[in-house]
Amino acid sequence: MAERKIRVLIAKPGLDSHDRGAKIVARALRDAGMEVIYTGLRQTPEQIVETAIQEDVDVIGLSILSGAHMALFPRIMELLKEKGVKDVLVFAGGIIPDEDVPKLKKIGIKEIFGPGTPTDVIVKYVKENAPKKT
Amino acid sequence: MFDKEKLRKITEERKRWESETVPKWIQTKPERQPEFYTISEIPVKRLYTPEDIKDLDYMRDLGFPGEYPFTRGIHATMYRGRIWTMRQFSGFGTAEQTNQRFKYLLKEGETGLSIAFDYPTIMGYDSDHPMARGEVGKCGVAVSSLKDMEILFDGIPLDKVTTSMTINGPTSMILAMYIAVGDKQGVPREKLGGTVQNDMLKEFIAQKLVIFPPRPSVKLVCDVIEFCVKNLPKWNPISISGYHIREAGANAVQELAFTLADGITYVEAMLERGLKVDDFAHRLSFFFASHNNFFEEIAKFRAARRMWAKIMKERFGAKNPRSMWMRMHVQTSGCTLTAQQPLNNIVRVTLQALAAVLGGTQSLHTNSFDEALCLPSELAVRVALRTQQIIAYESGVADTVDPLGGSYYVEWLTNEMEERAWEYIHKIEDMGGVIEAIEKGWLQQEIANSAYKYQREVDTKKRIIVGVNEYTTEEHEEVPLLRIDPKVEEEQIARLQKVKRERDNQKVRQILQKLHDEAEKNVNLMPTIIEAVKAYATLGEICDVLREVYGVYKEMIII
Amino acid sequence: MKGLAEIEKLTKGILAGEKRSIARAITLIENNGETAQKIISAIYPHTGKAYIIGITGPAGSGKSTLIEKIVKELRKTGKTVGIVAVDPTSPFTGGAFLGDRIRMQNLSLDEGVFIRSMASRNSLGGLAKATKNTVRILDASGKDYIIVETVGAGQLEVDIVKVAHTVIVVLAPGFGDEIQAIKAGLMEIGDIFVINKADRENADRAVIDLLSALELNTHKTWKPPVIKTVALTGEGVNELLKAIEEHKKYLQTGAFDEKRRKKVEAELLEAINQRITDTLIAELKKEGKLEELIRKIMNREADPYSIAEEILKEKISKK
Repeated sequence: MAERKIRVLIAKPGLDSHDRGAKIVARALRDAGMEVIYTGLRQTPEQIVETAIQEDVDVIGLSILSGAHMALFPRIMELLKEKGVKDVLVFAGGIIPDEDVPKLKKIGIKEIFGPGTPTDVIVKYVKENAPKKT
Repeated sequence: MFDKEKLRKITEERKRWESETVPKWIQTKPERQPEFYTISEIPVKRLYTPEDIKDLDYMRDLGFPGEYPFTRGIHATMYRGRIWTMRQFSGFGTAEQTNQRFKYLLKEGETGLSIAFDYPTIMGYDSDHPMARGEVGKCGVAVSSLKDMEILFDGIPLDKVTTSMTINGPTSMILAMYIAVGDKQGVPREKLGGTVQNDMLKEFIAQKLVIFPPRPSVKLVCDVIEFCVKNLPKWNPISISGYHIREAGANAVQELAFTLADGITYVEAMLERGLKVDDFAHRLSFFFASHNNFFEEIAKFRAARRMWAKIMKERFGAKNPRSMWMRMHVQTSGCTLTAQQPLNNIVRVTLQALAAVLGGTQSLHTNSFDEALCLPSELAVRVALRTQQIIAYESGVADTVDPLGGSYYVEWLTNEMEERAWEYIHKIEDMGGVIEAIEKGWLQQEIANSAYKYQREVDTKKRIIVGVNEYTTEEHEEVPLLRIDPKVEEEQIARLQKVKRERDNQKVRQILQKLHDEAEKNVNLMPTIIEAVKAYATLGEICDVLREVYGVYKEMIII
Repeated sequence: MKGLAEIEKLTKGILAGEKRSIARAITLIENNGETAQKIISAIYPHTGKAYIIGITGPAGSGKSTLIEKIVKELRKTGKTVGIVAVDPTSPFTGGAFLGDRIRMQNLSLDEGVFIRSMASRNSLGGLAKATKNTVRILDASGKDYIIVETVGAGQLEVDIVKVAHTVIVVLAPGFGDEIQAIKAGLMEIGDIFVINKADRENADRAVIDLLSALELNTHKTWKPPVIKTVALTGEGVNELLKAIEEHKKYLQTGAFDEKRRKKVEAELLEAINQRITDTLIAELKKEGKLEELIRKIMNREADPYSIAEEILKEKISKK
């Protein structure tokens, strides 16, 4: 029986083109033994959810620095629900003001990692919280 | 540069100092680290002496300010004659809001305007495009048509200000709108002064705000340069940028090398069009970051000036000294700002700004302390501006030219940066040039590696970031945040629809068809684009025509 | 291991082309447990309809961009497509970066296209098996064409691509040295060769070089054509599709069945082999004997081969 790998989708919704952080996180997760799918820049919520379904990912990491998170993240969470995607851990990072964090957590984004978060913290979090599917 | 005998004596004494004096100190006070390095991994010695610059030839390597090789400055009197331009990048929300912010800054003493555009505008989408949803006005001003540009500059005479526009893919359209506003105000085109960033190569390498593939993108860049050289003599049609390359994770040497390589590529592209180097080179300008390692940054700026002068003179045969000047704008590094303990950022920005001044920049933007959290508030922007003013008028550093010239460390470091940057430039040339290197993903990989390395150093505390991995506090500092009103998007879309209704739509269709036909030939598109914007064709409509002809670029992912 | 009801549900979903079932089944295949086998057994009768195209070539040759254009054309004719993009797993970390989708992301919202990224997961035979079975799932889900994409340079990739009916090798000019290096593997398996980025100066030179290298393959009855494309603009894609159709016709003249027979035989033997080995090892472990045997060999009291003989006599010959 082959080992189970954690499959993570790192996504950049909207037009924000700052990908330094997303790429570092993708690399760190890969170096921690995970399979990381990165869809590149400028993804619509529809594309992100569709990719998550086809790739049967365990985790979705959303990266955004443009301030458009309150418009895009709810749409993504809505679509996941609509398409019946249940057992996926969703976390986010980038420039997200503290005051928006509770609202995002309410719609199902389990954790938000702000600037300055050590990469190891993110890797550990994903390892420990990725849903165990059989 | 030094007397051989005296130098020999110094070497002798230095060796004695290292074997006798230093160990005594190290015994009781060991050094903080086994080795010290700059961010570009240049090893930093305990002490620099004349030995380290023994081959320095003052006239060949430094010269006098305002004279080749311009290491000490491109102007003879530098800040004694005129303080650098204090130009704060700004823009958000609607054109009206940005117009108000402009008037505020001009009142507070800013000497040049700078526009930030929102993401949809930068990517060539109108505010009502599906991809624009949630992004309109968020990190810059939304400009979808000439109408927005007219509001942006309402009450601001274009012959009395200079304007820097941070725009790349849609440069031709945005510049066309600015020209149209000037035309309407009755300002002769020769009087328009300012800059457009217009540097697509760094987009492919670092910032990724790319619409069309590399070759058509460079063609559009050159269209703008050529048009400005012939019609807007005071305008800087390109700001060859290292800032974004740095922000994406490159180190100082890479920033320096890749920027100069880009510059070389553009000069070659312009020469291929049949222009002579002295026709356009004097209008090329540069844009660098100012990062944390104080002396490395100063050395970088000085090396950049010397290298560009050599490139222009020796490689391209420029005769006019102005073609050899590296005129630069510097922005303090955004990626060094922390969200934790934001007030600390004021200190970081001060040091970075000081490095830029000691490095001889022509123009400077200082970041606001709250920018790791959101767009700057008025208070934060004011502090950032005051930082420059205090350096200019209270510190005395602007009272003499290139005060660090002759410092053993700084001169050695300047040489070192230059040497390492040349290595990179030669490597890129061996690969076939910048566009080849981009298509191979080589530049992007270098940057991704540096970015990862830096992050690992921070994660392992090999590199200390105050307030983030050391000297942290649980307290939360309250910082007033700037929020964009979601109504902005609605208003912008409404205005756009009004413009589309009220213009002559047949005329717009005709001009867009003309543009399509011209784009398929090798013609300078600026005149037709100006025609199109004056007819109130929108940014998105014009870009769509070019998307059809040139195709849309999709990046190669390198992590 | 999933219950029968769940497997039935998944199978139904796959046959109906339901994306989440397809995706979930592929994950189970990759994890290669008992469930995987049951699923394959359930869908096997429904396979054999799709036409499988393998696409390989060095990194940077423009494969993904080319695939996007190929798929666009196929979709125009109403055909549905499954794409499996394989990337290497890092031998040091066990992780993988799956970045091929990026250049095909425009297709992600097309209902008639299913894209799945797979990591090689470092098990030589394992990847070929997982790819084969993933292709089967996509086949059973009704896809007309299935494209398997790998970065071609090693034996591993050569194995995977054998899963295909038609193998396309994509090269770009300026890969002169690489052409030399990959001669061994890729020249042998390519049914169609593509020189992409054909708008470059050295493209014609590359075509000539390639044609002369191919002259050396005398044992094939099918003469692989060399096609020039510019994936960015779509130039040459129609010729490529024509060549694929030509090859398809060629295979249908009988070479097809022979090829298939060879593959089926190889897979059957491998499946039997795997089951026997897995079962025997599991038994040995259960009996607590495996460690003892290893210890014997380490002390040089026995060698691996005579031990294998003993096990054979004891476990199999008896029955």
